[in-house]
Parts: sequence; C-alpha cells; structure tokens
Amino acid sequence: MNQNNPRIPVVRMENITKHFPGVLANDSVNLELYPGQVLALLGENGAGKSTLMNMLVGLYRPDSGSIFVRGQLVDIQSPQDSMALGIGMIHQEFMLVGNMTVAENIVLGMRDLPFVPRIPAIKARIKELSARYGLQVDPDAVIQDLSVGEQQRVEILKLVYRGADILILDEPTAVLTPGESRDLNKIVKIMLAEGKSAIFITHKMDEVIEFSHKVQVLRRGKTVNICDTGEVTPQALANMMVGRDILFSLDRCAYHPGEVKLKVDDVTINNPLGQRPILDHVSFEIHQGEILGIAGVAGNGQQQLTEAITGLLHCTSGRIQIDGVDMTNTTPLHVIRAGVSHIPADRGAMGVVGDMSVGHNLAMKKYRTDEISKGIVIKNNSLRAFANRLISAFTIKTPGQDTSVKFLSGGNIQKTILAREIDSCKSVLIAVYPSRGLDVGATEAVRQNIIAQRDQGHAVLLVSEELEELQMIADRIAVMFEGRIMGIRDVKETDTEELGMMMAGAMRRKA
Amino acid sequence: MRLVLEKRDNKSQSMAIIVPVASFIISLVLGAIVLAVSNANPLAAYKAMVTGAFGNMRRLQYTLVEAMPLLMCGLGVGIAFRLKFWNIGAEGQYVWGAIGITWVMQFWTFIPTPMLLPIGLVVGMLLGAIWAGIPGFLKAQWSVDETLTTLMLNYVAIGLAEYLYISKWKAPLGNMGTPEFLPQTWLPQIWGKVHWGVYIALSLVVLLWFLLYKTRWGFELNMIGKNPRAARCQGVSIKRNIILAMLLSGAICGLSGSMNTAAIAHRLTKGVNANYGFTGIIIAWMANLNPFASILVAIVMAALTTGADALQITLKLPEAMGEVLQGLVLIPLLAGSIFTEYRLRAIHKEAI
Repeated sequence: MNQNNPRIPVVRMENITKHFPGVLANDSVNLELYPGQVLALLGENGAGKSTLMNMLVGLYRPDSGSIFVRGQLVDIQSPQDSMALGIGMIHQEFMLVGNMTVAENIVLGMRDLPFVPRIPAIKARIKELSARYGLQVDPDAVIQDLSVGEQQRVEILKLVYRGADILILDEPTAVLTPGESRDLNKIVKIMLAEGKSAIFITHKMDEVIEFSHKVQVLRRGKTVNICDTGEVTPQALANMMVGRDILFSLDRCAYHPGEVKLKVDDVTINNPLGQRPILDHVSFEIHQGEILGIAGVAGNGQQQLTEAITGLLHCTSGRIQIDGVDMTNTTPLHVIRAGVSHIPADRGAMGVVGDMSVGHNLAMKKYRTDEISKGIVIKNNSLRAFANRLISAFTIKTPGQDTSVKFLSGGNIQKTILAREIDSCKSVLIAVYPSRGLDVGATEAVRQNIIAQRDQGHAVLLVSEELEELQMIADRIAVMFEGRIMGIRDVKETDTEELGMMMAGAMRRKA
Repeated sequence: MRLVLEKRDNKSQSMAIIVPVASFIISLVLGAIVLAVSNANPLAAYKAMVTGAFGNMRRLQYTLVEAMPLLMCGLGVGIAFRLKFWNIGAEGQYVWGAIGITWVMQFWTFIPTPMLLPIGLVVGMLLGAIWAGIPGFLKAQWSVDETLTTLMLNYVAIGLAEYLYISKWKAPLGNMGTPEFLPQTWLPQIWGKVHWGVYIALSLVVLLWFLLYKTRWGFELNMIGKNPRAARCQGVSIKRNIILAMLLSGAICGLSGSMNTAAIAHRLTKGVNANYGFTGIIIAWMANLNPFASILVAIVMAALTTGADALQITLKLPEAMGEVLQGLVLIPLLAGSIFTEYRLRAIHKEAI
C-alpha cells in the first residue's frame, strides 16, 4: 500500500541547527529513517532529542538545515503540515481532552471534518483500525476513565486514523507497566510490517535493544554515533550517551538493619468519593540502615502513603510512628522536626518554588534554624554561605545561587531538592520517584546519595516505578496494588516475575 | 519577517524599570485621546493637572495628604497579594478604621483625653484587622473565594457607616455626620496640611520592607505566594499564614482609615468611603508589591486625583475624569508586565 522505496529514506534531516536562548539545542544534526524501521534516538535530558523531533512535526522551526520527506524537500511550518506528510508524534504528555470520548478526541481538530461529523462512520473506522493493530479501545469511552496505557493507544489510533505512516514516540514506555510495554511493542511490529516507520525517543537502554533496528546517540545537541542495534551493548550505548563510564552496580555497605525508625501500623485512608479506600490497612516497618522499596504501577496509593507519613494527608485510621514517637495526623512541620526528609513525587509542583532562587530553595528547611537565622531575622550571609556549600557539594549546575530554580534543567532541579533534603535528614528519608525523567548521570547521583543515607544509618523509603532501580538499591521491596501492600520481599529472595505478578494484583499474601 | 515572543533566560532587571515607565507614558497617550474626545486640549489638561497637583506649596501639601491613606492601603493589600490572596476589601477595612476611631472619640469618654487619639488609632486598626480576618478565616478553613467575600464585606461596612452617621451617631445639630472630635485629639499637622500620618506611613514602609524581605515570616509568605504546595511540603502552615497576613493587611488598611479620619474629617461623615481602598489595589500592583516603590506610586496616584480637581475647575471637565485617568494607568502596566519575562524578537524568514 505504500509506494516507499526501501532504499530511499522516508525522512532525511540534513545539518539541522537550532538555538534557544543560551543553548545550542541541535548542532548540524543529520538523521535518516528508512521505511519499515525503528530508529531509536538516545540521549540524556537536554541532549536535543525532543527538539529535533519537534522540528520534524512543525512545532519548532530549524535555524538552518533542510528536511526531506520521501526524497522531497519540505518546509514544515505547523503540525498540520507534518500530518499532511504522514508524520505524527506522540508526546510525553498526552494531548487528549479528558471529558470527551475516544471517538471525539480522534477526530478533534481534523481539517476536512464536515461541520456535523458523521459519528457512526467515524466509530466504524476506529473499530476497524483497532482490530487491525490490536489497539483495543472503546470509541465511546470517556478519556478520563481510561488508564494511561489506554490513553496512549488512543494517541496511536489518532495518528493512524489520520493516515500517519511515520510515527514519533517520545519516551512512550515511561508511563507503562511492563505488560503494557510488551503490548506496545506488538503494535509497533504490526505497523512496521505494513511499511510504516517509527522514531523512538528514549534514554532507557533496554528499550533501545528491544524496539529498534538502528540507534542514533545524541549528546549536547550533536550526533555521537549511529549504529545497528544488534551490534552494540547497553554499556557501550551508556558510555556514548554520557561520554564517560557509568557504574551499573553501586557500592554499598552490607545489610545490617538496626532498630525500627519508621513504623506504619494498619493505616487506612478512605476515599471521599466513597469507593475503595486510597490506602487499605497498610503496615510495615523500616529499620536503621535499610532501604524499603515500594513497587507498583503509579496511582496505587504510593504517593498518598508518603503524604500520610509526612503529615500532608489525613489518615482515617491506623498509626504512624517515627523513632517510636506517635506522628499520626500531625503537621508537616512536626514531621520535619522529627528528622524526616521528603523528596516529593512532583518536583516542579511540590519540591521547589520555581520563581525563587536556587539559594532560597536550598534554604527552605534550614531557614528556621540558628544556622541561617537569628530569632525571626534571616542572616543573609549565612544563607548564602550555606547555599554555596550545598551547590558545590552536590554539583548543582547553575549560573549562580540567585538564578530562579525554574531556569535549571530537570536533573539540576532534582539535585537542588536532593541537596536540601539530604542536608536536613536526621532519621528517615522518603524519596518518591526520585529519578523519574532524569538522565543517566543525574540518576546515578540520586541513587548514590540515597544509598549513602542508608549507609549512614538512616531509614529510607523509596517509591519507584522501575523494578530494576528497586532491585539495584533496595534491601526489601513492598508491592502496592489498589491501596494495599501485596507483600514484602527480601530483594535477594525474589525476582522480577514474582514482583510483576504482585504489581498486577495477583498473589495477595494472606496476613 | 515576523515577530515572536521568546521566554527570557532570566527575569529582566532593566525591564522591571522600563515597563512601568513606558506603560505610564502610554497611559498618558491613551488619556490624551480620552481628553481630546471630551473636547479638551490634552496638553492644556495635563499642564493643568501638574500645576494642580504640584503647582505651589499648598497644592503639593494637599497631594501629599491625599497620598498618605493611599500609600497605607497599598501597603495593606500588598501583603495579602503576596499570598495571591486577592484582598479587594481594603475599602471596607478602611471604613472600619474610621468607625473605630469615631467610636472611641465619641463614647470612650472614661479615658483621659490625651489617650483618645492613640487608642482610637489602635481600635480602628483592630477593627480593620477583624474585618479582613473574616474572609481570611473563611478562605483558610473552607476555601471560600476571597474576591467575593472581601468585595461584599465592603458594602456591609459602608452601609453600616452610613447608618451610623445618618442616624445612630448623628450629631444633634447639622445634617449628616457625627459630632466633631475635640480639637486636641486631632492628628497634629507638621507642615501646612501635612500631618503626622507621614511619620506613620513612612515607618510602616520601613517596617514592612524589613518584615517581608528580612525575616523568616517574609520568606514563608514568599514561598506560599509562589508555590503553596511546595511551601506546605516544607512545613509552612498555609492556613495560619493566610489568616495572619489578612489580619496584618486589614490592620494597616484600618489604621489608614482611623489616621485619615483623625487628621482630615475629624468625624464620621459622608465621603468616608473615598475609594482609597480600591486605589490601593492599583498602587500595590504598580509598585510590584514593593513597599518603597509604593511611596512614589501613591504620590502619582494622589496627584492624578488632586490634578483632576484642577481639571474640573480650570477646564470644566467632569470630576470622574480623574478616575478615568487613574484606571488608564493600570491597563498598559498589566499588559506590559509580559515583557519582564518575555522578549520580542524579529525573525527574518530564510529561503530554504
């Protein structure tokens, strides 16, 4: 059905350069995509992957360079232009209208739609496409009732409905469970068999290996290497990506749990909307010098659990003890004073105040102490010295401590939070998705710091979506599903299969 | 060639000064159009306004007297605005200040006469604080929208004041208004009409600057205003601070009312709601919530009022023209604030 010649690239980008204020995002980048192939675009945050793709779909325009689609020189000025060329992109954040149906979302914004759309015909076509690619979605379902995986399927359907045969997927598996990732892989394979092609933006090695035919590595806006996926190892890719050797295993002291630091006893939080509770009789203990990992698909109560411990959320019943002192339903300030540090899930919304300076963000816990203030007055010199010390200790890359935090990269924002929380940690560290969206270098820094807290004798609660991360740094792993703890396992006595089953809600351990 | 808005790498310091100045000039141009439409020569009108506001010692003093309550209301609402708490109830809080001092002067005869003034000022301040505390509490406890509560409470306060000076507290002689305060309890004048309020207002500026920029509480307010969720994660109590900020905000607006009543009208009477509270909102905004900048802005806004009086006399323009011109000052400023975070860049289309 496609008149693509397999020898001519469907997409060729030549000497693409793009500047942003203060940043050279792409520096003479070349890219070739052949029909029926998946090209993985690998690189750290800020390497220029998304920028390059946004130019292909008309969201940005290159400062210089040319783009050829099926051998023709094209000028892509808007997403409509790229859609007309058969290029479609699925962004990290989905572009769906929550309170409209699947069918409505799929045709929304289409140019040649009649004034009164013929919904039955649209639905029939959606069903046909769903069946062809194995994308099971009900066209009448409302988006906000769908899971993240289903929403992604709607995004894919939206593209194929509009006739896209060049798909760009921006970190598509970041939000998926392992099972959903496998489904996505199948869907992509069916599309490739039809002669479609895809570009995969990612910074995960295993995804590159699993999905792609070719891999192109970007670093600081430049192409570092292009090679066939079959001929390269994850370790080699990681090195290309960051330009130095990355430790895949982390050094740590032996596991010698001490006394109980944090005790969560039968905590339940009812859902105000009256359905099943958000937290359902959750109990566990964390000891000195121990990392307890919480695994599970996002949205199964992990974040609420950490908010209950940090005093941000009210428990309906149950008890929480820190160092043997009851801290149930107290204020966040009391919990902080008890020596608990918290790296929150949403770093932009909860972790930092974007419009305040790096220095002030670093001081947001210590400003109350004699180290920074005298009585009610903040000693500016002490604050500045304190901030400078943390900036260098945690190698936060910032023009200076007076720069607003919102101008830093994601990795450096997270380092700012990490620095503040670790500096003030006296007993328990709670880290929620601490490496989410970070590149390899920043992830490594985060993990090493978390392990250092454990080795110093603090108790660590680590919530993560990545089993691999938990297996690498946790001592024990608890799996959460629908607000319950499905089981707690010693890392050495469990495997991915068992944990995956528990994450999917199977195998509830009888108490 | 086309123009695009680009986000700046950093907030522009120079723009923080250029924008208010440029937008003030633009509003003068807009005002000129309005004046021209009203069959007045804009240049003659502006000249009349400037001489009306600053032309001689007496006019200058009058402008300063007008600026003091404006400055204090601007400082007051500015504190709430830091928390993104939209206190548009300064007018009502100001009126409560006036009611408070009148109450003390008229009925607290059991205290020694020299104490009437300070106690009256404080009582007005407290009543203003309570009046602002109500919406603060409602917001903190049940998330009741403060724009509605603060706005509506204005009319309650104004209505109450009218009831008091028309009937309940009315002086036996004369038409509307309570009996005049004893002359020895008036706020003393220091330079012509300019009274002690200058000292009060200027010390408040320094005090607030210190409180907002140098103390832990100011740091907390800054955090809450810019990201309440993050502030809460850091252990800052949002509820407590909203109520505290509103109490302080209302106290300053209330003090503005009691001070001005003790200095100018010397009784509760018609004209107690002179829109100082509403103009204070513009002042806080134009001064970018900075206490020191508020001084200058308050004088400019006062000059627009006193200058407009001159318009009325010399050019026979309606009194409302002053308010039109004040309103015109705000619009270009709000529109212009985008340039502190964004810049305009011309892009030359290249041939591909």
